[in-house]
Amino acid sequence: MFDISPTEWTAIQLSLRVATVATLVATPLGIGVAWLLARRDFWGKSVVDALIYLPLVLPPVVTGYLLLLTFGRRGLVGAWLADHLGIVFAFRWTGAALACGVMSFPLLVRPIRLSIEAVDRRLEQAAGTLGAAPWRVFLTITLPLALPGVLAGMVLGFAKAIGEFGATITFVSNIPGETQTISSAIYSLIQTPDGDAAALRMVVVSILIATAALVASEWFARRANARVHGN
Amino acid sequence: MMLRVDVSKRLGEFAIEASFASEGPVTGLFGASGAGKSSLINMIAGLLRPDRGTIAIDGETLDDTAAGVHVPTYRRRIGYVFQDARLFPHLDVRRNLDYGRRMNGLADDPAQRARVTDLLDIASLLDRRPGRLSGGERQRVALGRALLARPRLLLLDEPLGSLDEGRKHEILPYLVRLRDEAGIPMVYVCHDPDEMRQLATQIVMLKRGCVTAFGGAEVLPTAIPPA
Repeated sequence: MFDISPTEWTAIQLSLRVATVATLVATPLGIGVAWLLARRDFWGKSVVDALIYLPLVLPPVVTGYLLLLTFGRRGLVGAWLADHLGIVFAFRWTGAALACGVMSFPLLVRPIRLSIEAVDRRLEQAAGTLGAAPWRVFLTITLPLALPGVLAGMVLGFAKAIGEFGATITFVSNIPGETQTISSAIYSLIQTPDGDAAALRMVVVSILIATAALVASEWFARRANARVHGN
Repeated sequence: MMLRVDVSKRLGEFAIEASFASEGPVTGLFGASGAGKSSLINMIAGLLRPDRGTIAIDGETLDDTAAGVHVPTYRRRIGYVFQDARLFPHLDVRRNLDYGRRMNGLADDPAQRARVTDLLDIASLLDRRPGRLSGGERQRVALGRALLARPRLLLLDEPLGSLDEGRKHEILPYLVRLRDEAGIPMVYVCHDPDEMRQLATQIVMLKRGCVTAFGGAEVLPTAIPPA
């Protein structure tokens, strides 16, 4: 039963790569957005807030199609990126990472935002009186104190990215070796006669990855909490 | 040191209209709670922006609303000891003490650090986290942290306010030593006339946002005899 075929390995590795890249690229952006939403008032804030949460409530196939229209070969942004920077998303693993990043973004941002909101602003003021410019206050006080939330957001985002299916398959299709992740591999296997055993193997693998992510997040959260609350 | 303050500020229903000039070494801002003491020192620190007026130290303008000048807090080099200490919980005492030096890009000065930790008796606490300190210890570390940033003026907002009587008597002598030995001018906020008498050299009396008296200890209300 546990004899994983090369195609399946490829899908597993691809899933891990896609989710890792999506999480690593989305995290700094997510921290920035979370900070803006938590600490700044600006015109159109509620629009930004709604836009970020949109992928959570839209049908994934809609998000995938919108990505295709925007970042596809002939899409407004996609064409420009391809012509000027040589970055292509359509039907590439990078496109899968983009789809996963967009879909997991709300889950990534929310815990970070909450933990930044929970940082005592009086500590930030104190840092200011000690000569720290706002960006240094952020790096030395706000971010370290919000670290448990940042890690929680990263793990949640990663888990979502690993499992993403609808937007990814709509945007970049289901090409073995390029865009076929664990989810789309399972989908293909279920459609194939005699694919049951292989599908089941992939199911077990995805359960293992999800569990490992949860355990890791618990462990990080506990360590980070101990660090922050300083005993 | 010459501190000149002439500001007005509206905060909801409450209005501050205060003007004074003080030379220190310890200027006491005295008044009941709600008299505007904290708002006033928050304006000196740059944490609160006056609606109108000027604030200057030794001729350097920190706020001048007419000229659109507002030096941000982190460039004022004004230390602040808050009533609630506000130590950084994720840093041990050593790194809390070192924070201001690092942020101001000052050279490491072990002799200065030793002087301050001796003055405040906190050398034995260096490896502890703030979560493991008593209220009095926290307040002493907060004092040391503010001093080591090498401020040109130190603001103290009821630094003994959150401590019980016994702890107050534990900290008060350190403040007297600070005044006599550290050579940093201070603005000291409190509502306890005894504390004021022991520390302040010039007193600004505040009532409902206005300065009602200015001078030495004689402006303080005389102690109410025990009934």
